[in-house]
This record gives sequence, C-alpha cells and structure tokens, in this order.
Amino acid sequence: MNILIKASNFVIPAIILTIVLWGMKEKKDVFGLFIDGAKNGMNTIVGLIPTLIGIFFAVGLLRASGVIDLMCKIIYPITSAVSFPSEILPLMIIRPISGSGALGMAVDIITTYGADSYIGRVAAVIMGSTETSLYVIALYTGCLKVKKENKLIYSALIADIAGIICTIAICHFL
Amino acid sequence: MLNTIWSFFIIISIAYGIFSGRVENINDAIFSTTENSVKIIVTLFCTMCLWSGIMNIASNISLMDKLCKVIEPIVNYLFPEYKKSKTIKKQISMNIIANLLGMGNAATPLGLEAIKNMQKESKDKSKLSTSMMLFILINTASIQLIPTTILAVRRSANSSSPSDIIIPVWISTICAVMCGIFCMKVLIKRGR
Repeated sequence: MNILIKASNFVIPAIILTIVLWGMKEKKDVFGLFIDGAKNGMNTIVGLIPTLIGIFFAVGLLRASGVIDLMCKIIYPITSAVSFPSEILPLMIIRPISGSGALGMAVDIITTYGADSYIGRVAAVIMGSTETSLYVIALYTGCLKVKKENKLIYSALIADIAGIICTIAICHFL
Repeated sequence: MLNTIWSFFIIISIAYGIFSGRVENINDAIFSTTENSVKIIVTLFCTMCLWSGIMNIASNISLMDKLCKVIEPIVNYLFPEYKKSKTIKKQISMNIIANLLGMGNAATPLGLEAIKNMQKESKDKSKLSTSMMLFILINTASIQLIPTTILAVRRSANSSSPSDIIIPVWISTICAVMCGIFCMKVLIKRGR
C-alpha cells in the first residue's frame, strides 16, 4: 500500500516532465507557450482578487466570533438523534467555505482520534470526496459577473451532504 | 444568493461576537484576515500562473488531444451543446483531466477559461445556462483519482494503511455528484 502513496508523489513531476518532453519532441516553443499561458492566468486572477478577499474576510469573522461553535451546538441535538458522529460537525460546517480551515480541522481530528479510528476515517473520506463548494462557486461566478446562482448553490450543498451521509455509511462497514 | 450568504456571515459574526463578548477577537480577525489573504493570494497567484503556463504547453501538444479523445464520449454526453465547438470541448476535457489527476491548481484556470467561453456562446449572458451550472457543479465535487493531500495527512498520523480510504472516497464522490446533478435538474424543472 505504501507503493501507492510513493507512486502518487511521482504523479505531478511525471506529468510536467511528460508535457515538456512532448513539447520538445514536437518542436514547440515550450517557454514561449508557458509565458503566454502564465500571462492569461495572471489576468484571470487579478480580476478575482476582490472576490477572494471578500470570502476570506467573511470566513475569518465567522471563525473568530465563535459562530461555528454555536452552529455545532444548535445542530447537535438533531445529529445525535440520528447517531451522527458529532466530532465531525465542525468539519462539515467549515468544509464548503474554507479549504485551509477544513484541512486544519481534519488534521486536528485525525491526530486526536487516530488515523485508523472510525472518526479519523470519516474525516479523511470527507476531505477526499468534497470540495470547498462555495468558494469554487464564488470563483466561477465571480469571473462571469452573473447573479442568480442559488440553484447551483443548493445543488452543490446537497451534493456535499449526500457525500457526507454516504461517507458515514461506508465507514461503518470498514 | 452569494450576496445574501456573505452579508449573513458578516452580520451574524459581528452581532454574535459582540453579544458573547468577543469584540477583541473580531477586531483581531478584521485585520489579520486581510494580512492572511495577502499570503494566500500571493501563493495562489504564483501557482495559478505556473499551472496556466504548463497547461498552455499541454494544450498545444498532441498528447492532450489523445487524452481528450479518451474522455470525449463522457463530455459529449454531459455537454451535448458543445459537441461542435472544439475549443470549449477541449477546455472542458482538460479541466476534467486535471481534476482527475489531482491538479486542482491546474484545473481552475482551465475551468475559468472554459466557463468564459461557455458564457460567450450562451444566449442569455446574465444567467448561468444548464451546461454552465453542470460544469461548475462538477468542479465543486472533488473528482480526483488519488486524494494526495489527505493520504499525506494519514501517513503523517501513522495510519497502518493510509490508502485504504481511496475506494470509499470514490464511492462518496460519485454519490455526491449524482445527487448534485439530480437536485439541479429538479430545481431547473421547477424553476420553469
């Protein structure tokens, strides 16, 4: 099993190597193409900076004020009634809004409860199978300047919840 | 919708912070988040530039065409609107390939390019078309083959076999995407 992890370390370097070698083989102006692409990427990001600052600001406030802890307390009676592992709740709430926040929380859960414990596994699978949905949506709609994205947000959040329920069910059998 | 969520986050945070006597934390957060976002944006900026560059090389070599051919049936099935427009189809395919390979940083710039072109093609530019929503939805589901980050976390936490979560991750992802697409289709039908 260690081989799989070792192999996954090779994935990205191998891809870059293949791309550059292939470009050389086809006698392309590899560096010129790189610069063109990087320029394009730069323009896209410059336009996104305000969106990003806005999101980071709101999420930072949310965490500092203790609202996330409060939300966990409110949802707790519901989740404990359906034997949902409450240790996962903070992770579940922060996952759609902050990638680094969720990763930090997942690392905390995994080291506290142990990587091979039930809770540790659930946290790992949640991290692997979900994305920072609201952030991704803000990024994409931010570059298009469209409004009315509620259907999309509902669908993405329902997808996340479905993924988490599925995770908990699967981890019961592991 | 994002407008509502964003304002809601700010109002509830400040109100609750004052109510629970954490005004200092809030003050700290207001200034520290801007500082932190500079750090995040600078790293993001550089990685995104790097990957846009690398992916621009990739899109100009024949290898990518071959890979895109492999997933072409899936793309045609999901996005029948763009069957004829080559650039959009290629950008969508490359975004999906980058996602599958776990290169989220590379997938984002490709995806943003694709969605901009999709907007150009759509009739009503002020709204997201069904295909555009579907495309963003796929990007909000983490469809990578090997979840490298979390494997590294599990390894560093001394798991006996870090990679045994891979199959559960695949199953959960597929389940999440299906539910998301189903829910979106229902919402669109009801909206009409």
